[in-house]
Amino acid sequence: MMRDQKLWTWHVLAGLVILVFAGLHMAIMHLDAILGIFSPAGGHPIDWANVVARGKSLFFTVTYIVLLGAALFHGLYGLRNILLELNFGPALRKAIGVVLLLLGAGLFVYGTWAAVASHTLAKSV
Amino acid sequence: MPENKGRPNRLGIWGWLGGGRWGAERYLYTLHRVTGLGVLFYFLLHIVVTSSRALGQASWESAMGKVTGPLFTIGEYLVFVALAFHAANGIRLVLIELGFGVGKPIEPVYPYRTSLNVQRPLAVLAMLLAAVLIVMGGLDFFVLGTH
Repeated sequence: MMRDQKLWTWHVLAGLVILVFAGLHMAIMHLDAILGIFSPAGGHPIDWANVVARGKSLFFTVTYIVLLGAALFHGLYGLRNILLELNFGPALRKAIGVVLLLLGAGLFVYGTWAAVASHTLAKSV
Repeated sequence: MPENKGRPNRLGIWGWLGGGRWGAERYLYTLHRVTGLGVLFYFLLHIVVTSSRALGQASWESAMGKVTGPLFTIGEYLVFVALAFHAANGIRLVLIELGFGVGKPIEPVYPYRTSLNVQRPLAVLAMLLAAVLIVMGGLDFFVLGTH
């Protein structure tokens, strides 16, 4: 399988992961008045007590990180495909790939740190 | 992404605007890209803003305080709408990529039939799903919820 076929397959698989976990995230955050799930303290899902309650959960910590990685890969690979359709020269094509890879890796490390640190913090509250 | 060795993409982004003979699915393709880019832009900012929870309650509440108000609520709803469309259309695209809902291969006999007509019910179903989610989100954002 060629490299880009592999990346495209990962792009589709990441989309399915996002469908499940971003679907759950949106249901918790934006369908709260209808569904009212995973906000045990009541009130708004972004109230600190609810953030701590979800932060204590290993399930939410792990799925945040999985969603972060899947969404960064899916989004940045999609952006790369759109940009590469514009027939840039080889040097610029290479630069686009490198910049998006560094951006994705940096945000993944930062977001993972935030998920782990907030899990540790929530456990101590 | 493979090199474009055949016809170069002469129209560039302007090519997104015209559906031409490709019809409704071409506009879904354009909307899929536009909503994807919009959600990506929001998501990159969302990572930075929500990471404030790692620094404690004051940091979190300060960050959330900066992104409240009617304009942010409308903006957030637009992100919800974009994500609902992108997800529903994405399900359609995955099903088509896996060979579902495209009909059986037929002999290319004149008058030729386009497989887009066979795919149309899937597109309609996907848009109905997106519409249901968008209405539910609208109810939660503006009628029932505490946004």
